[in-house]
Amino acid sequence: MARKRVSVTIDPRLCKKCGICVEFCPKDVLGPGRDGVPAVLSPESCTACRLCELRCPDFAILVEEAEDGERT
Amino acid sequence: MSRAYTRFLLGKALPHFWCPGCGNGIVLAAIARALAAAGLSPTEVVVVTGIGCWGKADDYLNVNAFHGTHGRALPIATGIKVNRPELTVLALMGDGDCATIGGNHLLHAARRNVGVKAIVVNNFNYGMTGGQYSSTTPGGKATSTSPFGNPEEGLDIARVAEAAGANYVARSTVYHAAQVEAYIREAISAPGFGLVEVASTCPTYFGRLNGMRTATDMMKWLRDVAASLNAARDLSEEERRRRIVIGKFCDRRAPDFNQRYEAIRRVARESGFNPGVVNIGR
Amino acid sequence: MAREPDVRYLQGNEAIAEGAFAAGARFFAGYPITPSSEIAEIASRRLLELGGVYLQMEDELASMAAVIGASFAGVKSFTATSGPGFSLMQENLGLAVMTETPCVVVNIQRSGPSTGLATKPAQADVMQARWGTHGDHAAIALCPCSVQECYDLTVMAFNYAERFRTPVVLLADEIVGHMREKVVLGGPRGVEVVDRRRYSGEPEGYMPYLAGEDGVPAFAAPGGPSLGRANSSMHDETGFANNTPENATAVIRRLHDKVYNARSEICHVKEYMTGDCDIVLISYGATSRAARAAAMRAREKGLRAGCLTLTTIWPFPDEAVARVCRRAERVIVPEMNTGQLIGEVRRAACRPDVVGLNKFNGLGIDPGEILRKIEEVRT
Repeated sequence: MARKRVSVTIDPRLCKKCGICVEFCPKDVLGPGRDGVPAVLSPESCTACRLCELRCPDFAILVEEAEDGERT
Repeated sequence: MSRAYTRFLLGKALPHFWCPGCGNGIVLAAIARALAAAGLSPTEVVVVTGIGCWGKADDYLNVNAFHGTHGRALPIATGIKVNRPELTVLALMGDGDCATIGGNHLLHAARRNVGVKAIVVNNFNYGMTGGQYSSTTPGGKATSTSPFGNPEEGLDIARVAEAAGANYVARSTVYHAAQVEAYIREAISAPGFGLVEVASTCPTYFGRLNGMRTATDMMKWLRDVAASLNAARDLSEEERRRRIVIGKFCDRRAPDFNQRYEAIRRVARESGFNPGVVNIGR
Repeated sequence: MAREPDVRYLQGNEAIAEGAFAAGARFFAGYPITPSSEIAEIASRRLLELGGVYLQMEDELASMAAVIGASFAGVKSFTATSGPGFSLMQENLGLAVMTETPCVVVNIQRSGPSTGLATKPAQADVMQARWGTHGDHAAIALCPCSVQECYDLTVMAFNYAERFRTPVVLLADEIVGHMREKVVLGGPRGVEVVDRRRYSGEPEGYMPYLAGEDGVPAFAAPGGPSLGRANSSMHDETGFANNTPENATAVIRRLHDKVYNARSEICHVKEYMTGDCDIVLISYGATSRAARAAAMRAREKGLRAGCLTLTTIWPFPDEAVARVCRRAERVIVPEMNTGQLIGEVRRAACRPDVVGLNKFNGLGIDPGEILRKIEEVRT
């Protein structure tokens, strides 16, 4: 079974730095980044649960997964 | 932001005007996802909003929209829905709109079982005007007009809607965002009056005045205060009142207003529109 | 094709309901209140027959809101009430003005303030019909003085509502609402019905508040190819909020101008024996019936009296009032209130000497009282 590769994109123009995504990421994929905008610290841990995207009040997070080797 | 549901959003209008950590955006996204999942097109959907922070939601939605007056979203939506039953009509209301100034309309929209879907964001205070207490502010909580604590008890919107006769009633919180979307999707597909209440964050006012200074503090509070309907059954009445009970309160299939009205039209037609000859047991 | 005249013997309220249906109304939302309830009762029955919908709402706030929602959905809509209900409707009358949603509000006036002399006649909501809802706005209000006019002016009210996309108030009174008279429905060539202008361009190009040359925007109902949008907040052509001073000025100005620029089309009056009159009676609604009888009796006594009956009171028919008052030595304004429309007459005529005959005890003004006033003011 091909392993899924996950990409988490954060749009700094939409992010209001509320911290919800960082606080509640079950795998600590996200962490505080520069200027308060969250950074994707350990993408390899991401299980694509999408909780960060669903709980982002600002449409700033996009979680996408693709078969390994595909570009996301 | 690239998903099927983005066709329901006005991307150009973003970022929205809500405060950092406000739960409104979470519910807005859930609505867009639920509409997309229902296979609807924007032209088939009407949102009616009232006044308040959540009343601005129509600014970000690419659907037919009516931004109305404070508390009156439900009767406006009722006027639309009874005349155009084929449209999906959502009334987006805050706790002020739905339960306080428009509380009477909530009772009667539910009793009438009109096929409007109310998506209620309950942030337990009037955010737009500076954080005064509303009819859902829990007793004892501080707001800008109850600085020493609210002398009144909060209203349980979901249970009121259920008691008044709504077909579909569910409650969740913005912490449980996936559940919010699922409930909205179910409400849209259920006949009759549907109401999804979403307990939400207001870190700017309600949170700040009640020891929850950040959005994450408020989210943790929602996580911890929530109790499923099942879990709530084992709690004492007093304990239950301190919790936010989440889950599906009812999912009935009673005929909606339009179905009942058309049934009566058939009776009237058969009588030649002469009420004197209709036997309705008088 | 000419039709047989449909002659009936109806109550004013019945004629109002029939006028609404003839004009194309297919939705009524209301809350029963004497002396208007017959309209709701008739609507509940007739709308089933006509394929429309009747809704009895929980209050008049909801009634007005539902009427606006229905009209936004593309259905001609109306409600009927009396003073206490009219007060509650003021909130969303403003919503109809701001969202440019056509609708008709029938007010069968009764005495006030508050519950007042329930449910005796009055003409005391004249200024409420003009300024009842908050904010700067234009207003259209028509006053029937017969059962025939109850029918005709209801059709006219719908036509103006549609034509100008604004709420129109049919300001009747208990006397006219409950009076029974012969009425001809439909007329020989049918009823002339006006429908709001519909948008017919590219769906994406639709702007809900882009006005035509007459200041009135084109309408697109939800469910069609274009997205409809109504906004109670200050907005621009797109329907989205725009709070710039320039935009606010343009919107408020346009909402006024679309009505006031059409004053000559909207303002209707009737003149009786005004050609040579020394004393003119300016009145509206039920009172104008007494005024006409009084003028005739005055003529029998050799006093040259005449009548100007105002069918439209808002916008106020300044020109007709000024013209008639210019010729008359004395001007009397009888009305069932302490003096509301008299202020407009004084202003339009530039005459502070206009005399009022005011009655507010729950009884209509009778011709004898007006005749006595005529005799009193003749010099």
